[in-house]
Amino acid sequence: MKFGVVVFPGSNRDHDIEDTVTRVLGESAQTLWHGDSSVGNVDAVVLPGGFSYGDYLRCGAIAKFSPIMQAIRAFAADGGLVLGICNGFQILVESGLLPGALVRNRSLKFVCRHVDLRIQTVNSPFTASGTKGQMLRVPVAHGEGCYYADERTLDELEAEDRVVFRYVQNPNGSLRDIAGILNKERNVMGLMPHPEDACEPLMGSTDGLVIFRSMVAELAAAGAK
Amino acid sequence: MAAITPDLIASHQLTADEYDKIVSLLGREPSYTELGIFSVMWSEHCSYKSSRVHLKKLPTRGKLVVQGPGENAGIIDIGEGWAIAFKIESHNHPSFIEPFQGAATGVGGILRDIFTMGARPIAVMDALRFGRLDDPAAGPRNRRIVEGVVSGIAHYGNCFGVPTVGGETVFESCYNGNPLVNVFALGVFRKDQIFYGKAKGAGNPVIYVGAKTGRDGIHGASMASAEFTEESKQKRPNVQVGDPFLEKLLLEACLEAMQTGAIVGIQDMGAAGLTCSTCEMGSRAGTGIEIDLMHVPQRETGMTPYEIMLSESQERMLLVAEKGREHEIFVVFKKWGLDAAEIGVVTDTGKLVVKDHGKVVAEIDNRALADEAPVYHRPFTEPLRTAPLEGPAFESHDLAADLDAVIASADICSKRWIWEQYDYLVRSNTLAGPGADAAIVRIKETGTSIAMSLDGNGRYCYLSPREGAKLIVAECCRNLSTVGALPVATTNNLNFGNPERPEIMAQLVDAIEGMGEACSFFDVPITGGNVSLYNETLGEPIFPSPVVGIVGLLKTAMPVGIGFKAEGRALVLLGGIGDSDLTRFGGTQYAKVVLDALWGLPPALDLPYEKSVHAAIREIVAGGHAESAHDLADGGLAVALAEAAFPHGVGARVELDSALRPEFLLFHEGPSRILISTTSPEDVRRLAAAHGVEALVIGSTVASKLEVRNRGQLLIDRDVNTLKQRWETALEGMLHG
Repeated sequence: MKFGVVVFPGSNRDHDIEDTVTRVLGESAQTLWHGDSSVGNVDAVVLPGGFSYGDYLRCGAIAKFSPIMQAIRAFAADGGLVLGICNGFQILVESGLLPGALVRNRSLKFVCRHVDLRIQTVNSPFTASGTKGQMLRVPVAHGEGCYYADERTLDELEAEDRVVFRYVQNPNGSLRDIAGILNKERNVMGLMPHPEDACEPLMGSTDGLVIFRSMVAELAAAGAK
Repeated sequence: MAAITPDLIASHQLTADEYDKIVSLLGREPSYTELGIFSVMWSEHCSYKSSRVHLKKLPTRGKLVVQGPGENAGIIDIGEGWAIAFKIESHNHPSFIEPFQGAATGVGGILRDIFTMGARPIAVMDALRFGRLDDPAAGPRNRRIVEGVVSGIAHYGNCFGVPTVGGETVFESCYNGNPLVNVFALGVFRKDQIFYGKAKGAGNPVIYVGAKTGRDGIHGASMASAEFTEESKQKRPNVQVGDPFLEKLLLEACLEAMQTGAIVGIQDMGAAGLTCSTCEMGSRAGTGIEIDLMHVPQRETGMTPYEIMLSESQERMLLVAEKGREHEIFVVFKKWGLDAAEIGVVTDTGKLVVKDHGKVVAEIDNRALADEAPVYHRPFTEPLRTAPLEGPAFESHDLAADLDAVIASADICSKRWIWEQYDYLVRSNTLAGPGADAAIVRIKETGTSIAMSLDGNGRYCYLSPREGAKLIVAECCRNLSTVGALPVATTNNLNFGNPERPEIMAQLVDAIEGMGEACSFFDVPITGGNVSLYNETLGEPIFPSPVVGIVGLLKTAMPVGIGFKAEGRALVLLGGIGDSDLTRFGGTQYAKVVLDALWGLPPALDLPYEKSVHAAIREIVAGGHAESAHDLADGGLAVALAEAAFPHGVGARVELDSALRPEFLLFHEGPSRILISTTSPEDVRRLAAAHGVEALVIGSTVASKLEVRNRGQLLIDRDVNTLKQRWETALEGMLHG
């Protein structure tokens, strides 16, 4: 299985994801440079955390114009799995691949802490190996992770079973405690917490593995190498 | 061209004697640009002219030391072909003038010191000192400084992508007008891929990379070498502005460019900017450097040679490439969208030659700048102290209430509000982060982890700079040993007042000598550091505030935390109850918080016993005999018990049998003690005994209560969760009311 890990100028959890994919999961990882206009032959794409292009304008606002994002749009439209974590989630939202917006934390401060998430649906390639209601302990580390959308969008997300994770104790003021969502086609997921930093006992939790293992299982079932 | 007048010389913080020395070294009057160059290179900050003769007393050699003082950072061999680079540096003065940018660029500066050597930064820690938050006059300003400094550190470190894994924060009135921001950074690299700041090879091109040069930070180094006055706030333009995104790009580009093999030497532009990097790189290699400023990428128009040479714009590096391979470097920097410009060439003249559009504006022997800086044997008398030796008569009416007060005091209370603003997990290596006795960061490429801790008790050092400095080193090594690590090397940041005052100079000398003795004794050589003097505002000096950062090595494994994990475990006080008396109690947190007083002497330290305790705890932890371990420090036994109870809400019932008066018994800060919870107290006792260390069983862990008795008398009876609530919320209460 080959995971493409996008590197924007300012990405800083790209190494965490590459390490999780290769050393922990035993799969392969390939760097996708922001200036590339193709995702090559990867089986799935991960957009990592960080501060793409410095995030000085608005998180993800510049990244959405990068050549690689055009390629990722096409990849997603073809049904490819796309996972956006933290800044990756912000970029997916800015790019219109996911609805809503991520705004400044209610506390107005960056927050780094372990939180409990509840899996809201296993009807997704990112959580199929889990169980509904399962609690995951994973860290958050962000300043702009408050999920915001209008009531109609929120209702639609819930009606379509597209809220994947909710915070048990909301760290950032996200509406309806939303931590992660799916697109309509269920092949693109964004979440603010960092499952890649919770995949080994040494890191205090292995709960993040369920996401990567679900993806690997899904890709295997679909016939990827 | 400005005429060189006595006023101009004085405004450059140069003395008449220093100016005469410049004239004699040059054999002529300096130009205005040359005067500026000399003034920054000979500033206290860059030349260590007041401390140099004493710094030589510090131990710097050890079998793991690859690089000691004198380079951008010290380097230690960690085995399996890998090494770590680490150093601490202060940004005190800028952080007072502009807390956010001052602290942010403090982080940026030390990170460049690490990656300029080829090491990828993997951890940052901060030692912060602020004025009291409840100070009637200065409180509001102190609170703003705290907010600014913490956001500045978070802004820079989080974006750059380095975890801020620990540190310490202390509040004292003496830091009212003079906060301390000391930033420690550590990086990792292969031992055969270390880069040095040497301009080797005449004819090799000199290349400028990174941010463009602007007018910010001009004379930052000389500002950091002067006392603060009322006018200091007008120096705001002297504070640099940081861009962590640019620094992140610079990191990746530098590390990638180093892989090409085309880089001969590289150095960051930190204090004194282009001036310092050019003359130091030439001086180290015994070469000269000739540059033309017309090639320097500039952010502003009309900059004079003086301004370009003295700018402290951030996120810039100077490198020397192998002639003919420049393009390999340009390709990498272009990929990362950064400026890279050839600005000059290495020569064999030993001179720094600065041209502006071909016209020579400065021509100085490199060694005159870097090595011929004045060295002062400043007079020193007895260390300044006004605190009495004798303590006040006092008696506690309610020891539990005293614990409530101490636990919720600014120094002891939880610093969660601070460290949750830092990304302490990025890079996925943090095995123990903020709140631990020592932070632990694993090296994925090897089976080794690095433990690190910062310590610096200014109260102890005020009472006795020599004994205080020893206690600091002892505590730092104890912190590392408590998590199972073997301490191996030290970096230090010496924060003191005006060295031209003999009683302040005496503090510096005593502290250096005490630190040197302890570092030799614990075999933790000093591989580099920083000296920050003139920390005075309106004639009020800070406490002598040396800070040490010590690193230790341990096998990568699940860390032992400070918190009790389960009920029914035996509690062992490794090292025993210790001893105190009224004189030795005067520097404690109890004296500070409950009695609002400072007197006497710091706790007594028995160096050999301390070392035995360290050896014992390392064996106990490595053998898996400790379920939790927490060293006793500020606040003594009572605070250690509470802190160990907080993480998992597991309490303790303690029965002591001591003749010490209860205030001392609970709150004295005698060193050489570690609190352990264990399922195998006999093993703990056996291993301790083998090192001649007492292992006193003092009770057991219980559900959610903290009870302490001495000879049957109940001293403390508190609910753990109530106490924890006080501890957790105190800082925010003080900051935001």
